[in-house]
This record gives sequence, C-alpha cells and structure tokens, in this order.
Amino acid sequence: MSIRPDPTFHATAKLAMAAPVENLAFTLMLSPDGSQPDGIAVVDVDPKSKNFGEIVSSLFMPNKGDEFHHFGWNACSSALSPLTGHAFLERRYLIVPGIRSSRIYVIDVKDPMNMKIHRTIEADEILEKTGYSRPHTIHCGPEGIYVSTLGGGGEDGTDGPPGIFIMDCETFDVLGRYEMDRGAQDKHYDFWWNLPRDYMVSSEWGLPPQFENGIVPEDLLSNKYGHSIHFWDLRGRRNIQTIDLGENHQMALEIRPAHDPAKEYGFCGVVVDTTNLEGAIFTWWRDEDGKFHAKKTVTIPPVPADADDLPELLKGFSAVPPLVTDIDLSLDDKYLYVACWGTGEMHQYDVSDPMAPKLAGKVEIGGIVAKHKHPNGKEFGYGPQMVEISRDGKRVYWTNSLYSTWDDQFYPGERGAAMVMADVGENGGLTLNKDFWVEFPDGYRSHQIRLEGGDCSTDSFCYPSV
Amino acid sequence: MSDISLVAALWWAVIVSGLYHGLNPAMGWPLAVSSALMEKKRTALIYALAALSAGHFMAMMVILLPFSMMTTLVYWEREVRIGAGLILIALGIYLLVVRRHPRILSRVPPSRLALWSFLVAMAHGAGLMLVPIYLGICAPQHQDAGHLASGSLMAGNIGTAFLVGVTHTAAMTLAGGALAAGTYFWLGLKFLSKTWFNLDTVWAVSLIVVGFLGLISTHG
Repeated sequence: MSIRPDPTFHATAKLAMAAPVENLAFTLMLSPDGSQPDGIAVVDVDPKSKNFGEIVSSLFMPNKGDEFHHFGWNACSSALSPLTGHAFLERRYLIVPGIRSSRIYVIDVKDPMNMKIHRTIEADEILEKTGYSRPHTIHCGPEGIYVSTLGGGGEDGTDGPPGIFIMDCETFDVLGRYEMDRGAQDKHYDFWWNLPRDYMVSSEWGLPPQFENGIVPEDLLSNKYGHSIHFWDLRGRRNIQTIDLGENHQMALEIRPAHDPAKEYGFCGVVVDTTNLEGAIFTWWRDEDGKFHAKKTVTIPPVPADADDLPELLKGFSAVPPLVTDIDLSLDDKYLYVACWGTGEMHQYDVSDPMAPKLAGKVEIGGIVAKHKHPNGKEFGYGPQMVEISRDGKRVYWTNSLYSTWDDQFYPGERGAAMVMADVGENGGLTLNKDFWVEFPDGYRSHQIRLEGGDCSTDSFCYPSV
Repeated sequence: MSDISLVAALWWAVIVSGLYHGLNPAMGWPLAVSSALMEKKRTALIYALAALSAGHFMAMMVILLPFSMMTTLVYWEREVRIGAGLILIALGIYLLVVRRHPRILSRVPPSRLALWSFLVAMAHGAGLMLVPIYLGICAPQHQDAGHLASGSLMAGNIGTAFLVGVTHTAAMTLAGGALAAGTYFWLGLKFLSKTWFNLDTVWAVSLIVVGFLGLISTHG
C-alpha cells in the first residue's frame, strides 16, 4: 500500500493518452510442445535506447506445459473509483494463467530487469474453489481481480460451464465464482465492462475438447463453436441479456467496449462465418431503455487460393479465410485494429462512427498463402495475432502465434516467434517499423503483449473523457 | 476550560470532522464529479452530493440515536462514555491491523450512491467518531436542573443527536461539494489523482485519538 495513487492510474482514457509513453513491453513466450518452460520476455521499446527491439530481461517458469495465452495487470486505472476501495494498489504484478495447466502465476515486475514469481496458484485450488479450469482473460475491477475461464470441472473441463472467478487483489487468494445467475451462458472467452454504467459483456470460444487438440472441423462446420455475446449486471452478477450473433458466426472472441464510459457501445470480433469464410466485426450498443443490440458492421472476405498452397484443413475451400483472431481499440476510441491471422493482414478501421467503420490503414505481413516478409527482409511466420496499442495511439505492436495446436493446423511446421511494431500516421494509416524486430529464444512462440504503465486492452476508466 | 467554551470546542469538532470526512475522496466526492460528467448535467452533481449526504446522515443517526437514548440513564452516563471510547479505540485498532476494504462496498451499484455512502460511513466508523463528541455535548454537567428530568432529557438528547448529525453532514457536504464542483468546473480530473492521499492510517489513528479523548473526558 502506498501513500499516493500509482502514477500509471488515470481517471480518464484521455489523461492516459497524455501520460509518458511506454519504454518496456512484456511479451509471453510459450513452448508449443511443452518441452521447455514458458516465460515472459521484457522487450525494450524505447526508440532512443541502444537495445531498441531487443529482449532485455526474461523469466522462465519452474514448470513445463503451462501454455501461456492471455495475461493482465493486478491493478489498473479502475482503482481510482471510490466505489472499489482499492485506490492505493500498485500496478506491479502480472497475473499470468497457463491455459493448458490451469495454473496461475503472480509475477512481481516492479523491477522488470529482475522479475520474480510472487505466488503460484495451482489448478486444484482453482477447481476446488470455483469449479473452473483453463483460466484466460484477466481484468482488475470492483471486487478484485476477475479471471475468465474456458473450462469447467472434470477431466476434460466439460463438467459444468466455464465462467469467471474472482481473486483478492492484495493476497491473490481465489475467492470464488463470479456468477450468481448465468442464464444461457455455457461457453466463455473474453469479457469487459462499463464500470459506471455497471454492465459487463462476455463472449464465447469453445469448450476444451473443441480447442485443446486443435480445431475440430466437424464442430466448426456444424456451427458448434460459440456465437453469442452475453450482457451482465456487473455488480448484481447476473446475466441480463444474451444476443446470438447467428450460428454461422463462429467464435465470437474479443470484446472491446469504448474506453470512455459515457459511450455505451463496443465491438466484438468474429473469427469466421461458416457460410462464406468471411471474418466480421459486430458493433454492440445499449439503447436508452437499457436494452442491448448488435449489428455486423465490418466484413472481411476470404482470399481465393490454390488448394496445393493450403493446409489440409482448408484444402476443400480453395480460399484463405481472414480469421479475425484479435481486435484492439485505441484509447481515444477512434481506431479499431483487426488482426487477420489467416490472410496475414493488420487492418486499421476508423470507428469514429461505430456503426460505420472505415478502413483507414492496412499492413501485410505473414499469411498462410501470401507469406509477406517484414520490410527488414525476414520471414514472419504465421500471421498478425495478439495486438496491443500504445496509450498515445501512435504505435501498434503485435505477435504471430494463436494457440499451439491451431498454429500447427493452419501453418504446419515450426515458423518461429515474432513481434513487430507499426507506426500510426497523423490521420490514420499504418506503416511497419523497419527497425523493430524482436528475436525470441529457439523453440518458443510469442503471444500476448502488455505495456509498462498500462495498455489499451486492460485499463478500465471510471470517469468520462471530457 | 469553562463548560461553555468546552461545548463550543465540541461543536467545532463536529464541524471539523465533517470537513475532514468531506475532503476524503474515499467518502465519495469523486462520484459526484463522475455523475455530472456521465449525465452531462450540472444538476447531476447536486443530486449525487445529496445522495452521498443522505447516506452519511443516515449513518450518523443510526449510531447517535441509540446513544442519545442511553444517555437518559444519567447515573450510568460515565460508563456509557467509557464504553463508547473503548468501542472507538477497538475499531481504530481493527482498521489499523486489517487493511482490507469490505467487499460488500464494491457490490453496491454506482446508481445507489446513498446506500453506498451509508455503508462506507458505517464500515469506516465515521458515525462512531462522533459519539464521544456528542456525549461530551450532552454531558449532564452542561445541563440545567430542569433538563435533567428524564423526559425532557431524552427529547433534548435526541434533538442534540439530530443537530450534531445535521451540522456534521452539512460540513461534510460543503467540503466534498467544494472539491467536486472545483474539479468539475475548473480543475479537471487530473486533480483527482493528484490530490488523493492514502488516509487509511490517519483515519484509523484519528478514531483511536477521539476514543482516548472520550475516555479522558470521563475524568473531567
């Protein structure tokens, strides 16, 4: 506990944009075959530093087979609401779940050059106290740290639905399930909220048997992956509405509400439409009566391809689907970045009018068939995946791995880890930075990125940007 | 100190503690700023402050009224004051040792500010802090013989408890309201994180200090 609020907490998204820029990034590294322990790399992202784009510190776990996927901060700007009562937490710990082991590490990064494991929470404890497994997205909020999970109980995580559990934000004890009434929700993926308006939105991927050993083509073609988003009374912990985006909209993944809580809309990325292989963005919003709605506002078509150039899974389609696997919204709510992992493109949409996004910039790198090279001449294995935007909105970072077994299906053979950065133009537009290319240790893949001082996909604000 | 100046000092304590509660962001003034910004209406600032005040006042009353009834037992007045002092010291020590904020507070929806303000004042002992001050004001040595008749004493004590609650809440609202309005109209939200200090320790210690002052006053 400190005397003053953490200087990286900001009342509004606008104040966060004006804060000092990031000098370091934390990137997850995973060993896809579990032969080495997973780790966290600290990447120097200060263009004035002689180590720009290099890993300057790393920490590897004591266990193997965790499969790091998503992670998050123990505390963020949401602590500045008196309602939470946690104004004096420090943004100091990274909460890192192993999606395969169901183990959670609490990593102290106060000294990023000398990171330490502060606490390890084993799968048994989580299962016993919550009935959940496969922890996934982390957000700090009113009651502490909220962790979404992809699996329920039992051997294969299908004994009961997955959901969200809450951890104490000081001791990191697992406190218990979040849901009092889950309504129709029976699968999980991402979640986020509007704190002053007191609602939460959650999404769906699939249950562990549908993702752990790779994508199950029969389940995909019979539309058995998640295609609904759920709205919740955040503090009442009850599902208040579920919107089915249509069963052909398979895998409704990332939920990105406007950062300014005065705006009552947000976006959700859909990986693939099984009727035409399109990727899609839905805009969801709340009307004056408090009812939620969702509408498809962006479609990204597949690219025709020769069956010989395609992996087994896609041969029958003679096309590469864009596969919208991650989206991220800049702090001014102006640009939505959309990773097209299949076609190897990063799209930038101007979403000033959230109901009518306009393509404002595009970068081509990697891709199943296109295999675009980085401007430095190096091969970018896989496609653009986990994306993170600098607080000031001027730099966009991304890595290339989706999920070990899925990487192998869509991109057979080992393609190597990558992390790149693109500069954003004054009036939009996106250009890959030639000088930024991170080399990762052999045998690793790279996943989610967190920025020193907070980022666009973790911080929640309690006051409107005015 | 003469009885009159002692009573005056105690009334000042009611006001100063009100200002202290009002200035503390943890008692809610930033929520009034947020309300006004979210609704894009200045009146929302006033409504939110009114809700915060109502909750705070209710918490004062819930604590002070039982004591106002107990002090009609003039013969046990000293014991009541010692008991109140000890309760306050115990709560102060508890808050010093257990630094966790009750989870129930974060489960209150932002739309129910009065309830939140009531619970937060109860959980932090804001009402209890007034008890020794209130008991000092009502002490029998400050009453004339006529008021010491039990019926009029009871009515008088309830009236005093009410007045203490109103005065304290008015001071709290004035201080919190000034900060909320200042932030909303001129200073901007950067002011919020710049001026927010961790008062947890100071708060717990001030409960203990007031508790001790209550105990010492029983030797007067």
